[in-house]
Amino acid sequence: MAKYLLLKHYRGGPKQHANAEAPMEDWAPAEITAHIQFMGDMIEDLKERGEFVDAQALAPQGDFVRYDGDGRPPVTDGPFAETKDLIAGWMVIDVDSRERAYEAAAHLSSAPGKDSLPLHEWIEVRPFLNEAPTVE
Amino acid sequence: MIDDHLLRDLTPQVLGVLVRRGADFAAAEDAVQDALAEAVRHWNGEAPDEPKAWLVTVAWRKFLDARRSASARVMREVAAHREPPPGHAEQSDDTLLLLSRCCHPALSPASAIALTLRAVGGLTTAEIARAFLVPESTMAQRISRAKRTLAGERFERLGDVRAVLRVLYLMFDQGFAGDRTGGDLSTEAIRLTRQLVASVPQDPEAAGLLALMLLHHARRPARRDASGQIVPLAEQDRSLWDEAKIAEGVDLLQLALAMDRVGEYQAQAAIAALHDDAASADETDWPQILEWYDELERITPGSPVVALNRAVAVGHVDGPLAGLRLVEALDPGLPRRDAVAAYLHEQAGNRAEAARLYKAAAQATVIEAEHTHLLKQAARLSRD
Repeated sequence: MAKYLLLKHYRGGPKQHANAEAPMEDWAPAEITAHIQFMGDMIEDLKERGEFVDAQALAPQGDFVRYDGDGRPPVTDGPFAETKDLIAGWMVIDVDSRERAYEAAAHLSSAPGKDSLPLHEWIEVRPFLNEAPTVE
Repeated sequence: MIDDHLLRDLTPQVLGVLVRRGADFAAAEDAVQDALAEAVRHWNGEAPDEPKAWLVTVAWRKFLDARRSASARVMREVAAHREPPPGHAEQSDDTLLLLSRCCHPALSPASAIALTLRAVGGLTTAEIARAFLVPESTMAQRISRAKRTLAGERFERLGDVRAVLRVLYLMFDQGFAGDRTGGDLSTEAIRLTRQLVASVPQDPEAAGLLALMLLHHARRPARRDASGQIVPLAEQDRSLWDEAKIAEGVDLLQLALAMDRVGEYQAQAAIAALHDDAASADETDWPQILEWYDELERITPGSPVVALNRAVAVGHVDGPLAGLRLVEALDPGLPRRDAVAAYLHEQAGNRAEAARLYKAAAQATVIEAEHTHLLKQAARLSRD
């Protein structure tokens, strides 16, 4: 088994599919409900498969913070500029193979959006670093 | 205070009795878990005189109750409820019986490991979840899916020892995640393999696997430095190695080899024993190690991992360039190929190429400790 992070981005990453271009506020309320429902169903499915580790959504606002030397207050930069990549949320899964991780990511990418069409949005898939095996 | 070990030791024994009486595995496992919960409630901190008999009685009753309440099934499964013929099977047979069910080839290795830890190892679902760093509910689901898969399978009287050995090996190799999480799969794998060896004493590969585990586990105290980072074999403080484990591993290996049916675990154990036998890395008997790799290659033809490890041994015996020629013939995508090539290039004096390959290897690995180690190797070679 190996753990993978599936990252959803508000923006950034490769150019999005046409279906994923409209911002959520332009969707019909029922379409937003359907989208949220899809996420919930996917989490339930991952749990049922024994693959679920974590899922979180992030608020769009936030700041960058940096150490500025002893005795000085932290430096902040924010809110995020339009050009910056912005993470919307993630799922962490524990699966048998990379193929299965891709399959789960593709499913997440098929979530319905505007006009009930699949979003085809890019999902970033990142493997976790693991513990060393015992046998040297 | 009920002894935790007592319940853990009794869990597989009780389960074994139920399965031998004809209970299907999944239902028997549920019944045993229920009986354990009853024991915790009713024993008031003190086990009865015959704790196993007590647990068997309660678990069997739980099993029958569950069967009766599933009324639709009662009719067609009446046959399974008949009292068993007087028990002729020994407890050691039960261990193998249970292990072979939990390690059934229909299960993925991860599911088989989880189920084995629960049903034979007697660990709680929460403990297993901690060892795998997943939520308890996810592990519970994984175990119940595994049981559902087994419900549709047919079983031989005794299962496939090979499949059991494979699962126990993988459980051991899961790493000392326990160092961080409190669950120690390697120690658990050794405990279970001991039980298996006791039930199949004439199987040299079972003994070979136990030897392999002990010979690696002996190095555990030297494997990490104070900051928790991995120390490679050649740099370990060998005075920290566990002499008793090495001695036991070597004895077991000799017993196994004397049966004259060599297999991959015996060959791997022999290689581990030769490393353990060297007072310093420089005194390692590489020619003998290479002979065992040749043997291993005959046993597992076409294994790229064996070929890669063998190349290291060839590098020590015939020189780094001979080792490199072998590495270059291997699939470039093979994990650790770049790391081995880097090592051999450094031995051959090609520091720049070694640094480049160490860096590439660090980018490719998904093992945290290896990532750090490889980056440090690249950094060391780039500095001077």
